[in-house]
Amino acid sequence: MYRYDEFDQAFVAERVAQFRGQVARRIAGSLSEDEFKPLRLMNGLYLQLHAYMLRVAIPYGTLSARQMRKLAHIARTYDRGYGHFTTRQNIQYNWPKLDDVPAILDELASVEMHAIQTSGNCIRNTTADPLAGVAADEIDDPRVYAEIIRQWSTLHPEFSFLPRKFKIAVTGSPNDRAVTRGHDIGLRMHLDLQGRPGFEVMVGGGQGRTPIMAKTIRNFLPVDHLLSYLEAILRVYNQLGRRDNIYKARIKILVQSEGAEKFAEMVEAEWLEIRDNALDLPAEERDRIAAYFAPPPYDDLPDECPALEAAVAAEPRFAAWIDSNVADHKQSGYAIATISLKPHGGIPGDASADQMEAAADLAERYGFGELRVSYKQNLILPDVPKTDLLALWSALDGLDLATANAGRISDIIACPGLDYCNLASARSIPIAQRISERFTDLRREKDIGAVSLNISGCINACAHHHLANIGVLGVNKNGAEFYQITLGGVASENAAIGAIIGPAFDEWQIADAVEDIVDVYLAQRCPGETFIDTYQRVGPQPFKEKLYGSDQARQAG
Amino acid sequence: MSKIRTSASNSLQAITANRLSDGYVIYLTAKGGWSERIEDCQAIDDPATADELLRRAERRAGGDLVVGPYLFKIARRDGRSIPLGQREILRTTGPSVGTDLNLT
Repeated sequence: MYRYDEFDQAFVAERVAQFRGQVARRIAGSLSEDEFKPLRLMNGLYLQLHAYMLRVAIPYGTLSARQMRKLAHIARTYDRGYGHFTTRQNIQYNWPKLDDVPAILDELASVEMHAIQTSGNCIRNTTADPLAGVAADEIDDPRVYAEIIRQWSTLHPEFSFLPRKFKIAVTGSPNDRAVTRGHDIGLRMHLDLQGRPGFEVMVGGGQGRTPIMAKTIRNFLPVDHLLSYLEAILRVYNQLGRRDNIYKARIKILVQSEGAEKFAEMVEAEWLEIRDNALDLPAEERDRIAAYFAPPPYDDLPDECPALEAAVAAEPRFAAWIDSNVADHKQSGYAIATISLKPHGGIPGDASADQMEAAADLAERYGFGELRVSYKQNLILPDVPKTDLLALWSALDGLDLATANAGRISDIIACPGLDYCNLASARSIPIAQRISERFTDLRREKDIGAVSLNISGCINACAHHHLANIGVLGVNKNGAEFYQITLGGVASENAAIGAIIGPAFDEWQIADAVEDIVDVYLAQRCPGETFIDTYQRVGPQPFKEKLYGSDQARQAG
Repeated sequence: MSKIRTSASNSLQAITANRLSDGYVIYLTAKGGWSERIEDCQAIDDPATADELLRRAERRAGGDLVVGPYLFKIARRDGRSIPLGQREILRTTGPSVGTDLNLT
C-alpha cells in the first residue's frame, strides 16, 4: 500500500490545524455560515437533514487493517457506532458533532487518511477496480496510476474551482469493474503491439439528470503521458465548461455540445502545447510509487484444494457463498472474497464498528492485512488462501457478514436517500430492505443469477440506477414518494443506460413490481441467459405487459 | 398521510433550522427560542408574519448558533403541529431505518 511521505503527512496535519481554527471561529461567531460552508465542504463536512455528515476519502478503495480499525474507532467514539460505505468507495459518518470534526480529522491523519476533496468542484477521490492487483484478468495494477492522479490532483491550484465536480476512474482489466464509462474521465488499460501498457481515454461520462456514457477520445495513451494528457483535458474543460447553469456544468455537457471528435481535437491541441514540459512523472518516480503496490509475499500454494472441495460438498451454505462471493485470484492457491454488506433486510453499505474491526482482524488472519471497498458498497478481502476460505466464512457467518449474494438481486446498491440526504426526493434504504427481504431463499437467488438492482433517492443518481439492469429512481410527487423503474442498464465494459419502463409505483407497490420483473425474466429466459441477456433479447414489452397490463403497456410503450 | 396532505389547504407554517453544534433539527418557538421538539414550534398562519419572523431568524442565526432557517408547511391535529410532506416528516422523526434507532 502507498505510505505517506513527510510532505503528505505535514500537509494533512497542517490542513487539520487550519480547520480546527476555522471551526473555533465559526462556533465563536466570527465566521458566518456563508463564510464557513465552503471551508467545511473542502474538508468533506456536509450538513444533511438531521445532522452533519463527514465523507472520508478511501483512495481507490484500498484500506489497511490499521486504517479500518481507525474507521471503526471513529464510528464508535464520535458517531453512532457505524459507518456507511458508498458507491465512490468512500465512507460516510452520519452523526458527527461539529466541534468533534477536527479531532476526527486528527485521528484520520494518524493513519494517513483525510476528507479533503470529497466535496466541491474539484477532482474527487479517484476510484479503481476493487480487485486491482489481484484479479486474474488484469494487465497491470490501476492503483499505481490512481495514486499518481491522487498526488497530482490534490489541491491542484488550477483545478480547485472547476465548473463542477470531476470524477476519474481507472481499470487495469478488460472486464470493467470500475464503471469507467460512467465517469468524467475513464481510463482503461490496454497493451500496444509491443506489449507496453497504455490507456484508452474516455471522457464525458456521467449519470444524474443527463446520463451519458463517456466517449473514447484516444484509443491508446502511453502511461508515461498520463498526467500531461489529463491536464490537457482539464484545461479545455476549465476554460470552456459552463459556469452559468449547474445542470449543464459537467464535462459531459461540453463533450456532447462540442462533439467528441472536436473535443478530442481541442485536447490534442492543448496537449501538444504542454506535453513536453515537466508534468509527466519520470519513470523512476512512477516505479517508486509502483513499488508500494508490489504483490505481497504469497506462499507457493497449489491451486487445487481438496479440503475446500470437500467443505463445499458438505456444507450447502458455504457452497452458496463460494459460488457467489469468491472470485479467481491471479496467484495460484489464493482467492478473492467479498464480504457482503447487504444482509437481507439490512441497510446497503452500512457496517457497525464491531463489523469493521472484525473485518480488519480477518484481513490480517486470512490475508496480508489489506481490504478493499467496492463501488457496490461491499468489502473485499483480496488475498485469502483457498485453504482458509472455510474458516473465513465461519467467522463471517458469526458476524452477519456472510450473506451469499454478491452480484445477485439482493446485492442492492442504494444511496442514503431521504432518510439522511438533503438532496433526496424519496427514501432508498427502506425500499432496498423490502426488496431484499423478498429474495431470502438462496436457491432462488442463485436461480435468478447475476443481476444488478440499484436504488437512487433522487435524479443525482448516486446509486448508479441508470446503469443497473433494474434501476429504481425515487421521485417526489406532491410531497409523497414514488419510484420509477428503468430496465436494461449495464455497468460493465459494455455499459448501457437503462430505459424507463413506465409510470412510477408507490412505496408499497415497488417490491411487487420488482418481483413481477423477475418473474417475467424467469418465464422468458433461454438456458444460460442472465437477466440482461433475456432483456436484450425480448425487449421491454413483456415486462410492460406484466407491470401495467396489455392496454396500458401499449400506451406506456 | 395523504389525508393530512389533501386537507391541508391552510397556510399554516413554522420555522425550522439545523443547530450549529451538531446539525440537529430545531424549531422556532413562540418565545423566539429554538427547540428540538416540533410540539414547541410556533404555528404561524399569516404569510406576512411568517416572512417577517423568518427574516428575524436569519438575522439572528449567528448569535443563536443555528444554520439555514426556513419556512415549512404544517397542519394542526388535536392541538399538535404536524409537518407536511415526507421530507419534513422525516426531519421531525429521524431516519425511518433501524441503525440509528438502536444506537442513540
